[in-house]
Amino acid sequence: MDVGAHGIGLGQYLTVAAILLVLGVFGIFLNRKNVIVILMSIELILLAVNINLVAFSSALDDLAGQILAMFVLTVAAAEAAIGLAIVVVYFRNRGSIEVEDVNLMKG
Amino acid sequence: MNWALAAPELVLAVSALGILLNGVLRTRDSTILCTVLAVAVCVITAVLVIDTPTATAFGGLFVSDAFSRYSKLLILAGTVLCVVLSLDYNSRQRISRFEFPVLMLLSAVGMMVMSSANNLMTLYMGLELQSLAVYVLAAFARDDIRSAEAGLKYFVLSALASGLLLYGISLAYGFSGSMDFSRIAQAVMDPAGVSAGLTVGIAFIIAGLAFKLSAVPFHMWTPDVYEGAPTSVTAFMSTAPKVAPFVVLLRVMFGPFGHVTAQWQPIIVLISIASMLLGSFAAIAQTNIKRLMAYSSIGHMGYALVGLAAGTQTGVRGVLVYLLTYVVMSAGSFSCIVAMRRRGLAVDKIADLSGLARNDLTLATLLAIFMFSMAGVPPLAGFFGKLLVFQAAVDAGMWTLAIIGVLTSVVSCFYYLRVIKVMFFDASVAPFDVRSRSLSVVALATGAFTLIFFVYPAPFLGAANQAARALFG
Repeated sequence: MDVGAHGIGLGQYLTVAAILLVLGVFGIFLNRKNVIVILMSIELILLAVNINLVAFSSALDDLAGQILAMFVLTVAAAEAAIGLAIVVVYFRNRGSIEVEDVNLMKG
Repeated sequence: MNWALAAPELVLAVSALGILLNGVLRTRDSTILCTVLAVAVCVITAVLVIDTPTATAFGGLFVSDAFSRYSKLLILAGTVLCVVLSLDYNSRQRISRFEFPVLMLLSAVGMMVMSSANNLMTLYMGLELQSLAVYVLAAFARDDIRSAEAGLKYFVLSALASGLLLYGISLAYGFSGSMDFSRIAQAVMDPAGVSAGLTVGIAFIIAGLAFKLSAVPFHMWTPDVYEGAPTSVTAFMSTAPKVAPFVVLLRVMFGPFGHVTAQWQPIIVLISIASMLLGSFAAIAQTNIKRLMAYSSIGHMGYALVGLAAGTQTGVRGVLVYLLTYVVMSAGSFSCIVAMRRRGLAVDKIADLSGLARNDLTLATLLAIFMFSMAGVPPLAGFFGKLLVFQAAVDAGMWTLAIIGVLTSVVSCFYYLRVIKVMFFDASVAPFDVRSRSLSVVALATGAFTLIFFVYPAPFLGAANQAARALFG
């Protein structure tokens, strides 16, 4: 695979994507404040995957990765819509979307 | 392009949208009409599934073979049972809306696409369609805080699992060079040449699917979501949406990654052992029957994974029979749990079953049959699934796995038998409300299947055998 003018190759893209994925996962588990932040973290994970897919697609010279990236964008929109709807339903019942308040059932 | 191969999915998807349109346009409440239509559409789709030939379509994205047909029939059967048993529960809980059967149908479309996936892209799209519909179902009781919380928890953790699965897909794609199952299989023909990136990708894919299966260590959502969601939704979650990720796991592990068994087998063995142990020990302390069923389903997924870990055709046959008996037992148990209502309120404590045999012998007997079957007592249906997977593990030389499986099933007998003891030998409390005819139909049909499966198991074993052979052929 060819390296760009500034020496940026597949490895760099994969590293950025891996960092974003880890940030997203930590955002979900370490976040003690707000459910909206969790929705943002989920979005971050999906976008990290998109970087991976497009980088691989370019490196392999194969279109499938870019097509899946399009599908992922669509699914992410649907997921955000449903996620926000569930958050609205939750807020109506509980009057708060603090992560610490999501504790009626302890498993 | 071979559209006819996807006819069942197309018919089901278009009919689901048609039913939705019908529900929106009619001014009067049309829940019952929509439910009846949903059941009819499932039956038509099942007939179409039986008729589809073996071939691939859409440029290799989609495959239809004996394996996918078996899984689709199982998925449709689970969906029909749950659509029927939710009708009465939803109307008594005042959450009866026509969207409910439509969402179940859309989820079934997603599951059928998954089980026909021949490409990582198809797999992901099917999985997401299934999950998105179930997120909404989990939060369906909009005015109930517990249902909203269950929906929120399920959404967050399941979306995380989808993200991990997708990351695994991107790595598998990048390091094998293709998303097509047969081309991945060619690329990783030589186990020595497998890169670390591909192994990590496989691990992420297993993690994502294990989450949907609620296998340990990705089970933490299960008890809370099972308890909080409306019981009709819990029943659905424990049947068809458990089958679909499992058959996808089988297809991915034996299809594209069939040559790199050494890379995934240890992971599956660990997940299986942990699920069996947690499923049997954590359930002992439960007082809520829905939580008990949650741990029970974690344990059952552990037993079914034993067949996958064996890595042989007989193992896959065992898993397929196990899934069949599990769907029937689960739908049956939940039809009894849905019937637990006193003075118009749903109750879900094990203590509420106290002395049920004196008030309602039929219901108590049926629930006892399901509990004995889940515990694996011969000659009930649940025994055969366990027998086949343990046999496959022994044939593959995995003695440890088989022995742990048998020991944990003995431990799990304790909590299944406790439910029976509470029903038959404890002091009786006030009787339950009269149950509706639709519930009795589901409970009697699944009870009869569980009870007399051993008399004539040949057609089911034959179908499972054919499906397993298609996967390895």
